[in-house]
Amino acid sequence: MIRVTLPPLGFVQIWRDAARLLASHDTPPESVIWSRDAAADLFGGGDPLPERDGPARVTAPASFQRLVETVLCHRDPQAPSWLYQALHRHQRDLRALFNPADPLTRRLEELAKPVRREIHKMHAFVRFRELPAAGPRRSFGAWFEPEHAILEAATPFFAKRFADMDWMIATPQGVARFDGRLTFHPPAPRPDLPEDASEALWGTYFANIFNPARLAVKAMQSEMPRKYWSNLPETRLIPEMLAGADARVAAMRAAMPTDTPARAQRILNRQAPQMDLQRPQTLAEAQHQAAACRRCGLCEAATQTVWGEGPPDAPLMIVGEAPGDAEDLSGRPFVGPAGQLLREELARAEIGPTWLTNAVKHFKFTPRGKRRLHQNPTRGEISHCRWWLDLEREMVRPKLTVALGASAAFALTGSAAPLTPRRGRIEPATDGGPVLLTWHPSRILRLPTPDQPAARAELAADLATAREVLARIEAG
Amino acid sequence: MKRSLQDKLAILADAAKYDASCASSGTTRRDSRAGGIGSAGGSGICHAYTPDGRCVSLLKILMTNFCIYDCAYCINRVSSGVERARFSPEEVVSLTLEFYRRNYIEGLFLSSGIIRSPDDTMADMVRIARMLRIDHGFKGYIHLKTIPEASAELIEQAGLFADRLSVNIELPQDASTRKLAPQKKPETIRAAMAGVRLSREASRERSHTGKRSARFAPAGQSTQMIVGADAASDRDILTTSARLYSGYDLKRVYYSAFSPIPDASTALPLIKPPLMREHRLYQADWLMRFYGFEVEEIAGVAPSGNLDLTLDPKLAWALANRAQFPVDVNKASREMLLRIPGFGTRTVTRILAARRSGPVRYGDLLRIGALMGKAAPFVVLPDWRPGALTDSQALRDKFAPPPEQLSLF
Repeated sequence: MIRVTLPPLGFVQIWRDAARLLASHDTPPESVIWSRDAAADLFGGGDPLPERDGPARVTAPASFQRLVETVLCHRDPQAPSWLYQALHRHQRDLRALFNPADPLTRRLEELAKPVRREIHKMHAFVRFRELPAAGPRRSFGAWFEPEHAILEAATPFFAKRFADMDWMIATPQGVARFDGRLTFHPPAPRPDLPEDASEALWGTYFANIFNPARLAVKAMQSEMPRKYWSNLPETRLIPEMLAGADARVAAMRAAMPTDTPARAQRILNRQAPQMDLQRPQTLAEAQHQAAACRRCGLCEAATQTVWGEGPPDAPLMIVGEAPGDAEDLSGRPFVGPAGQLLREELARAEIGPTWLTNAVKHFKFTPRGKRRLHQNPTRGEISHCRWWLDLEREMVRPKLTVALGASAAFALTGSAAPLTPRRGRIEPATDGGPVLLTWHPSRILRLPTPDQPAARAELAADLATAREVLARIEAG
Repeated sequence: MKRSLQDKLAILADAAKYDASCASSGTTRRDSRAGGIGSAGGSGICHAYTPDGRCVSLLKILMTNFCIYDCAYCINRVSSGVERARFSPEEVVSLTLEFYRRNYIEGLFLSSGIIRSPDDTMADMVRIARMLRIDHGFKGYIHLKTIPEASAELIEQAGLFADRLSVNIELPQDASTRKLAPQKKPETIRAAMAGVRLSREASRERSHTGKRSARFAPAGQSTQMIVGADAASDRDILTTSARLYSGYDLKRVYYSAFSPIPDASTALPLIKPPLMREHRLYQADWLMRFYGFEVEEIAGVAPSGNLDLTLDPKLAWALANRAQFPVDVNKASREMLLRIPGFGTRTVTRILAARRSGPVRYGDLLRIGALMGKAAPFVVLPDWRPGALTDSQALRDKFAPPPEQLSLF
């Protein structure tokens, strides 16, 4: 029998060295006794560890090393021995350690879980009190009583967090001190920590952030178990908070609403919106009113109204279907992929000042996970939005309008006939102006790649036509 | 009469308690080894729990509870007779740092009533965040509740100092917002969220020199919806959530059961907060984000569009879709395993790992941590077949709690 005794501090290194040495000799788990209690050695005796490495090469995955660091903190006296069993078996059977259903792997995981939880709870429930400081750095101290030996595993967290102050955390298993460097020391009697002025403020906060109408005492206790309460200053307030809760809710119900303070009405009057029921007279007024448009249901889901943009006296107006995802987010027309294609073709066609807008001014979509799938607006939605398009046309007064795609063609001409035979032609708009019909750039993007160049060339040709027609109109 | 810091803290913590969010997770990793104080990153830490079962992770306070708006559901509305107070920016900074040093909190969650104008209010909040970050080298978590009507420049600055920004959508339907919060505009709230999303995306892109600009709100943005103050069904609520997640890349939508407030507006009933409904909505939200469910699958189970309060939404869905069960655990895809009641995401990951070592049996599933009490009727294993159980009429009764006499309250 070989006996290995683990010390109260620094036990991970001792276990690791011993386990590696034993496994290299292929020492079976049954012939090792792992002990954490130096006193037990008086009775046990046992053989010493071998002096040098055995013939076998010992391997373990990084995940196992992390598991060792956690499981060894568990107070269960069997923990070191189960870990050695797993290491020993892993030298022959590489699969079991990675199988979460394997009983030994599972047992180790079950030991690790409460340790991880307690480390987390220590990070949460340590409460520092300020101590008189000798030097320029402020000094703090805390007392904490963990169930497992987590002091060394849990305190590096505090070293990263509170690097600009000196602190110590005392526990029954040992003391961690930090003065720019983290050191561990044997246990000392519980320190006498002075009263801290912030504790009263913290209590005030704790008592007031609580909503008495939502009592859920079990939920509180499962996350903040009673064993920690003695070292949490705020828990002293809980009985009083609980006792008063029902009465506070009843009082809220019973209380009559108080009179509205006199200043309230004055403040509200100042903010009351100016009702703009008048028909807008300028593009800016129209844009302002359109921002609050509720003519159809699309405004419920869309982010914002996407109004047209360009020089207000542009001789050319380009009307697309509706804003897409990118336009909806930025509030500007033709900024998404289709818009970029259009802007490239407009630049190439050397068309002058242009007013860019859409037949429907709100994005229509259905959510799919993290994406929004574009949907075509219905004829009803297009008709509702005509009010804005007509206003825009009256104010911009374009000499020529280009309709991109079937929806724009319908909005401008009132005809829902198929677009293919009409493409490249000029039709009269419902208000009489000329409308040149062409493809919507998003249709080009949706075509199979080999078909895209032809359709794009047609769009380019139509834009060239538009430039010529404009030149003719302007020449009179 | 000048109020003490303690009095102000009492008033301004009380005023902040209706905001459900308190998370401090998922931001960039940083710590104080290179100077300053504090650390952040990974999963957040809840430092205490109050008897309402909710955690305290951040110092959640209002900068002031004076407000020029009149939102019926809000205790701080201009027409309420509640006591008012206001912190100076220095007081907020000092409270945050002193609480942080004593390990009471992970950082600050700052919200505010609107005083003077939205821009003035937002500017003060940004100043607090800047003092913490720049003057004091604070590396902990900062969550700012942005004022949707504030200018884009101020929100842009807020995102440089804060880990998370949020704008509350407040009510699931625009019509309710217009009715109950007349000074708020749903389209302005959504535009603010869209702005945050675009700024976040822009900050993640590298410039032509390959340098990354400062991270904008690295922990993302979230929002809160009040449940039970209007007549919206769970389907309406989840539809709005799905739109918010897909449109603005939100990290979380928080659901807050409408809770009686002192000096309540006569526009709203003083109801007991629908806590179970809130819980079911969180479960449904989880199913949409991590289990591949669509709104209609979850909300379509009952014709009312409301979730079953007696059964969790996944179990309710499985009972309504028994044709898809039982599932062979050793052959099913990850997507299908995720749809089995009693199997969480972690269980499914473990099952997939265990399958590499051979067929998974009933005992393996128990060891892995699956809730077989729920899962058994829906799975087939080498040593388990549910037989007629999957289709049995009484299966629902097995899960639903026994009928209870209605309580008067």
